[in-house]
Amino acid sequence: MNKRTQRSEGGRREKHAEDTEEILAILKEVKDPELPFIDIVELGIVRDVFREGDAVRVDITPTYSGCPAMQVIEREVGEVLAAHGYENAQVRTVYSPAWTTDWMSEATKQKFRDYGIAPPSGVAQHGGIAELVSLRRARVTVECPYCRSSNTAERSEFGSTACKSIHFCNSCHQPFDQFKSI
Amino acid sequence: MSPSVSDYLIRLGDDRLVLGHRLSEWCGHGPILEEDIALANIALDLIGQATLMLKLAAETEGKGRTEDELAYFRDTVDFRNVHLVEFPKGDYAFTIVRQFLFDVFSYHVLEELQKSSNTELAGIAAKGFKEARYHVRHSSEWVLRLGDGTAEGHARTQKALNELWRFTPEMFDADAIDREMAESGIGADLAAIKPKWETIVRDVLARATLTIPDDPPAMTGGRKGRHTEALGLMLAEMQSVARAYPGASW
Repeated sequence: MNKRTQRSEGGRREKHAEDTEEILAILKEVKDPELPFIDIVELGIVRDVFREGDAVRVDITPTYSGCPAMQVIEREVGEVLAAHGYENAQVRTVYSPAWTTDWMSEATKQKFRDYGIAPPSGVAQHGGIAELVSLRRARVTVECPYCRSSNTAERSEFGSTACKSIHFCNSCHQPFDQFKSI
Repeated sequence: MSPSVSDYLIRLGDDRLVLGHRLSEWCGHGPILEEDIALANIALDLIGQATLMLKLAAETEGKGRTEDELAYFRDTVDFRNVHLVEFPKGDYAFTIVRQFLFDVFSYHVLEELQKSSNTELAGIAAKGFKEARYHVRHSSEWVLRLGDGTAEGHARTQKALNELWRFTPEMFDADAIDREMAESGIGADLAAIKPKWETIVRDVLARATLTIPDDPPAMTGGRKGRHTEALGLMLAEMQSVARAYPGASW
């Protein structure tokens, strides 16, 4: 595989790495407001970076349609680039390909565990609607981020933010969040 | 571009804006904490989808309006949602049955729209489709639990179904705009979606031991701006702050 087109951190398609490396390093200063230990590059929110002279354009994609963090992220991208001398920066929101947790690296998943949030497990499912309405659907075991027990139960697929579900660990009796596979 | 495209996008956006707002009425009033959170999350997804669809509608229309102006400064007669989504939230059974009937519809519409020749709409649909999967799972599980649960749960769920069923044909009531959009590859083919919707809905309702009423369809007209009195009352509240303080931001 050509090194210049391989998928890199956050599932981006690298095509002009040397031009944009510095910009990406700056963008890593921007964290997800709900996940202050994860930057927007490793989360896959930054889709592409274009640079021509001192003009920069950053393409970002939302995690969920109604994610309220996107407005904050968009503003902070502009601010952090301006702070590094890139006054002429434009942020564009793109929707295709749709963001997926499948882009997340193992190193990023470990950061979730360290913070007390279970990372997305497996790959995002793509079964049909008949599977969705079946009570017999296979349930993925979610490992407790505190004690690593697999004896956990899902409490709700909707948690404190759009991207998280609520679980309970039957071993250490702690409730915990999982970053949903989507 | 044909004015039908922005009209079509407004229909998609209005269904989700109005239902999302009705669902948000549960925030702080859910029957249990997990459901309070779930319903608010789903409302957020729907309003998020509506925002993207109305933004694209406004850009396509090219009259300089924004998605916020479409949401807050149109009157009842300019809204293009189906009647099903505009009624107050009712009890929890009413909300769950309505969500289920709409979620299965929305799942299939968004699944089709991922292939839209309008690439921006296709991207918005691909995002929304992933969310719709979670919505269908949530509402179908609750229909089963309530319908095939206690006597009171069953009675309330059956009553909700009796009240809502006659408003479902409107979702598939394709007019010239729907047909033009389907034929041009931009929109979803409602005639093709209807049997898929029926299969899933009838399967889940039967397993929930619920009986589909044989009432004739209710009056329609939502896509033409003819609404029930419920929408005007909802918009009066939803739009009040934006209209009292035009241009306010925070």
